[in-house]
Amino acid sequence: MEEWFISITAAILIFVGLAIVFGLLLGYAAVRFKVEGNPMAEQIDKILPQTQCGQCTFPGCKPYAEALAKGETEVNLCIPGGTDTMILISEITGLEPKEVEVTEAEHKPKETAFIDEDVCIGCVLCIKACPVDAILGATKLMHTVIQSECTGCDKCAPVCPVDCIDMRAPPVSLENWQWPEPTIKSEGEAK
Amino acid sequence: MQEYVLILISTVLVNNFVLVKFLGLCPFMGVSKKTDAALGMGLATTFVLTLSSVLSYIIFNYLLQPFGLEYLQTIAFILAIAAVVGFTEMAVHKTSPTLYQVLGIYLPLITTNCAVLGVALLNVTENNNFLESAFFGFGAAVGFTLVMVLFASLRERIDASDVPAPFKGAPIALITAGLMSMAFMGFGGMVH
Repeated sequence: MEEWFISITAAILIFVGLAIVFGLLLGYAAVRFKVEGNPMAEQIDKILPQTQCGQCTFPGCKPYAEALAKGETEVNLCIPGGTDTMILISEITGLEPKEVEVTEAEHKPKETAFIDEDVCIGCVLCIKACPVDAILGATKLMHTVIQSECTGCDKCAPVCPVDCIDMRAPPVSLENWQWPEPTIKSEGEAK
Repeated sequence: MQEYVLILISTVLVNNFVLVKFLGLCPFMGVSKKTDAALGMGLATTFVLTLSSVLSYIIFNYLLQPFGLEYLQTIAFILAIAAVVGFTEMAVHKTSPTLYQVLGIYLPLITTNCAVLGVALLNVTENNNFLESAFFGFGAAVGFTLVMVLFASLRERIDASDVPAPFKGAPIALITAGLMSMAFMGFGGMVH
C-alpha cells in the first residue's frame, strides 16, 4: 500500500469519526436541553396581573407576554401592572424600561378594593365581575377581598347594588414606597 | 505550580487577547452595551474557550500528529469549536432565556471569535502540554471576561455623560477601547 493512500484514508476516517462523535454529542444535547415553547413568554405571563383587560391592545395577558418574548412590542403597555410590572418585564426581556403611559388625566397610585362588610348584602355580583377571583364569599353571606390578589381594576365597584366597595391605597411598605412626585416650587428656589 | 500561575497572569493581564493581541474584537464591541450581557458573554466564552482548547489539544496530539495530519489542524479545531458552541447555545437557551435573548446572534458567533481559534493554534505553536493548554485557554477567557466587563461598565458611564456629537456612539467606544488597550500595555514585560 502506498504511503499517500494510507495518509488520505487516515485523514478521512479521523474526520468522519470526529463528525460522528460531535454529532452524537449535539444530538444528545438537543434532547437533553429541549425547550418547550418560549420559556420567556411563560416567565412574563407569570408576572402580568392576569386581568385579561386588553388595555395593552392584545386580547389578553398571554398574547401580550408572547409578543414581548418575541420583542415585537413595548414593555410599558400593561396599565394595571403599572411601573413595577414594567420594570420586571424589562428585566426579563433585557429591553429598555419605559414609563407606563396612564390614560387618566392624573397619575393614580395603585389602589385595591375594600368591601364595607357591614353594608354588604351577599349578592355575589362583585364576585362575578372580578377578573382575578380575588373576592371571597357566597350568596347571602358577607364578601371580602383578598388583598394580595386584587389588581385594583375597579370592575367590582360599579356593579355593587349597595355601593359598599371603595378603592383604597394599600399601606406604605418597603416594597411599594416611592419618592414623592415632584412639585413645582416657587420661582426663588426652582432651578 | 508556579508556571501555571504565570500562564494565568500572562494571559489575563500581560498578553490579554483582546487589548494586547487584538483578537475577539467583534463581541468586545458588540456585546458591551450592558454589564450584565457582557458578563454573560464572558462566561459563555470562558466555557467554550476552556473546553475547546482542551479538546483541540487532544485532537491535535492524539489524532492528527500520529498520522502526520498537522496540516488539517485548522479545520479540525473549527469542527471542535463549532460543536462546543452549539452545545453551549442549547444549554444557555434552556437555562437562561433572558441571557439567550440578550446575547442574540453573538452567541453562535463565538464560533468565529478569533480568540477561540487563536488559543487553539497558539497552544500548538507554543508546544503547551495538556494542563498548560487548559490554563492557557482558561486564562485567555478570564482576560476576555475581565475586559468585557470593564469596557461595558465604562460604556454605561459614557452613555450617561455628555459626549460631543461627532463622537457619539461607536467613535467614543473605539477611543475608550484604545485607551484601555494602552493601559493594558503597561503590564508589558512583567511576564513573558
